[in-house]
Amino acid sequence: MKRFNFTLFSTLFMAVTLAMPVHQASAEEVVNVYSARKAQLIKPLLDEFSKESGITVNLITSKADALLKRLESEGRRSPADILITTDAGRLHRAKESGVLKAEIDRELLEKVPANLRDKDNYWLGLTTRARVVVYAKDRVDPKDLSTYEALADSKWKNKICIRSSNNIYNQSLVASMISHQGEEKTAQWAEGLVKNLARKPKGGDRDQVKAVAAGQCDLAVVNTYYLGQMLNGKDQAQRQAADKVAVFWPNQQDRGTHINVSGIAITKSSKNTANANKLIKFLLSEKSQQWYAETNNEYPVLDGVQVSDTLKSWGTFHSDSLNLSKLGELNPAAVKIMDRAGWR
Amino acid sequence: MTKSPRLWLFITILIAFVMTTPIWVLVSFVFESGGNNWQHLMDTLLPDYILNSILLMIGVASGTLLLGVPAAWLISHYRFVGSRWLHWALLLPLAMPAYISSYTYTGLLEFEGPVQSALREIFGNGVSLWFPEIRSVGGAILLFSFVLYPYVYLLSRSAFGGASQHALEVSCTLGAGPYKSFLRIALPMARPAIIAGVTLALMETLADFGAVQHFGVDTFTTGIYRTWSGLGDTSTAVQLSLVLLAFVGVLILVERWSRKQQRYFGGYAKGDAVERVVLSGRRGMAAFAVCFLPILFGFLVPSGQLLYWTVTTAETGWNNEFFELAWNSFSLAFITAVVAVILAVILAYAKRISANKTVSQTVQLAHLGYAVPGTVLAIAILIPLAWLDKTIDDFFYENYQISTGLLLSGTLFALVFAYSVRFLSVSLQSVESGLQRIKPSMDDSARTLGASSWNILGRIHLPLMKTSLLTALILVFVEVLKELPTTLILRPFNFDTLSIRAYEMAADERLADAGLPALLIVLTGLIPVIILSKLMDKSHA
Repeated sequence: MKRFNFTLFSTLFMAVTLAMPVHQASAEEVVNVYSARKAQLIKPLLDEFSKESGITVNLITSKADALLKRLESEGRRSPADILITTDAGRLHRAKESGVLKAEIDRELLEKVPANLRDKDNYWLGLTTRARVVVYAKDRVDPKDLSTYEALADSKWKNKICIRSSNNIYNQSLVASMISHQGEEKTAQWAEGLVKNLARKPKGGDRDQVKAVAAGQCDLAVVNTYYLGQMLNGKDQAQRQAADKVAVFWPNQQDRGTHINVSGIAITKSSKNTANANKLIKFLLSEKSQQWYAETNNEYPVLDGVQVSDTLKSWGTFHSDSLNLSKLGELNPAAVKIMDRAGWR
Repeated sequence: MTKSPRLWLFITILIAFVMTTPIWVLVSFVFESGGNNWQHLMDTLLPDYILNSILLMIGVASGTLLLGVPAAWLISHYRFVGSRWLHWALLLPLAMPAYISSYTYTGLLEFEGPVQSALREIFGNGVSLWFPEIRSVGGAILLFSFVLYPYVYLLSRSAFGGASQHALEVSCTLGAGPYKSFLRIALPMARPAIIAGVTLALMETLADFGAVQHFGVDTFTTGIYRTWSGLGDTSTAVQLSLVLLAFVGVLILVERWSRKQQRYFGGYAKGDAVERVVLSGRRGMAAFAVCFLPILFGFLVPSGQLLYWTVTTAETGWNNEFFELAWNSFSLAFITAVVAVILAVILAYAKRISANKTVSQTVQLAHLGYAVPGTVLAIAILIPLAWLDKTIDDFFYENYQISTGLLLSGTLFALVFAYSVRFLSVSLQSVESGLQRIKPSMDDSARTLGASSWNILGRIHLPLMKTSLLTALILVFVEVLKELPTTLILRPFNFDTLSIRAYEMAADERLADAGLPALLIVLTGLIPVIILSKLMDKSHA
């Protein structure tokens, strides 16, 4: 039995040492961040913030839905102060499930255009991205392009590439269409679009651009920053592919191009609300906004911030002013429409 | 059987219960209503999920058998060109995460990829019309077979290695050729181990999310994720995963049943050092080819692509941060491997010595953790941990006015616990098939000589099972290195691993940048695999 006790003891010992929580000394100024933004697109800024403010930033990156579940199950004991996501729909969902509090400083909220923040002040957008149509320069005349709706026109049969409906950006796009023209019209549109697909939806946004360049399709629907990254990346093949396409801004004559945001909110359990606001303030500073515009080719939410040459080359556009909370509300409806349309 | 000590029984049931809590949590969702989403799923995608999952299972079972069993047989009974290093090199694909392998193959074989572009250059544009689509059920079957055959190889190799040389010699003296001896003697004797290997491969296939998602094959896991994140409906998502678990339950029952049909003991007779037959010339080359092919497609091609990406197009290079990532991955994997093997030994042993039905049934349940998709499992673990934290916190607060906060959630303990739940089946399969080859008569003789259960375990079984224990260690270790969804959901602040880094780059569509962390996963996994493989050879001697 002796050896047995030893095993039991050592197992317990291991369990206990592993469970040692990382105690936050109260003397130290901290802010704890749950981020659905990938580390490479947030950590450099957080490090900079720590350097400037002396506040330690603790970070967990994960998928938005997982972070949300984690916040829900941790409840009021959650160490998190900040939730960052890469789409408005998830922020809306977080608000609905009661894990956020509306304690973002008023001056910060007012910096951001009204449609890019929550109407009850639970969250605000940090950067904007548009979901646009890209077309093959050599095969498509941009005069033939007009709106998202027109993509269902039979003249584009077997000419369009778009990624899977599992993707949140497509779900948000469809949600925005439901919001503007109702479920029935959107369902018809989705069916029409699926008929026009050149191939089964697969890959990411970059893959759609590559497919247009390789001649598999003439049009693709993608997020702007992916194209920006391809144009500025080290990968020769991707640069060449991206050079063969051009950006078209849909719906310029009516509601404007569909946009989404990466955004930020303060959690209900936050014990460092003041620091959380300091961090939001930092992320809304001109320097941070410019960093996003330069490194990730995203559009700043502030006016007058210098953008990258790539973004400049695409010119300015008129964006859909739909309140982005709608995207979260209509997400399930969008998924069902896509399911029924057979949009993989 | 003699009566088992009560304490033993109690501990086993306790362990089995704790290790199956997440399953119970999932089951508790059965009666939750998810609105009309079930109806919607049945009308639209559910038939596809079921069909694709079944096709994958059939395909991967055949694929892993075809790749794993012949290689294991050749390696354990013959000598030929390269057989010394093939022996361990056949394990290499273990270190290759399936989802990473899927990135490399789509990169290579897509319409825009180098292979098809080259073909178009050579033959003109017509070729791509009939080039097989890699992102398909067929492609996924091939991918999983090449990544997962090592389970079958490893478990059947240790069974063949221990297969009674006597029986084989006898069959040869009776005039049976090598094929006949293999089919009639060795194969049936190794069957429990082979089936255990296939079962592991299938469970892994069913639980996979990353690769099927990337290949655009709709299976249960992609459906679960879509229901949860797209429809925002947790309860329907969990119910879907219960349907998946029912699948796996059937799988496990089939496995048990096949084990019951025939039982061979005596895999550890004296003098079972295997005399290896030398194959030379053409036969040697053929044997080499059979063993090299799985390594080529399961390991060399994807690693080569990763290396190429890392060197040519990655935007970020090597920096010191990678040491930390590798260390985090390594230490987590090591600790979990030890824990999972200890638990597996306790459970497998308890099952052996106790005539108690409850014990063996609870142990069966412990297998299920492996088949639950990582994301679902992680969420099922969040719930009881949060409850425990709350209970402890309330208790201390009421009695001592101290708030303990989150003691377990968001700590490394939570991670190791989750991994242990997830990979207990892996260690159990290996340990059980090892234990099964020990004749019960041995236990009985030892007992008549007055040895306690504990003595028998420590002095007879464990030494005999060395190979199986090492196998279990390797498998769990490598599994944890590769694991993604659980880590993604449960890890503490500022704690990243190699697989997290690889995923984040890939999710951002920066596949080239995923190359370096992915390569490091492979390298970190490689060294222990080789060391342990060497140790296993020694223990065979």
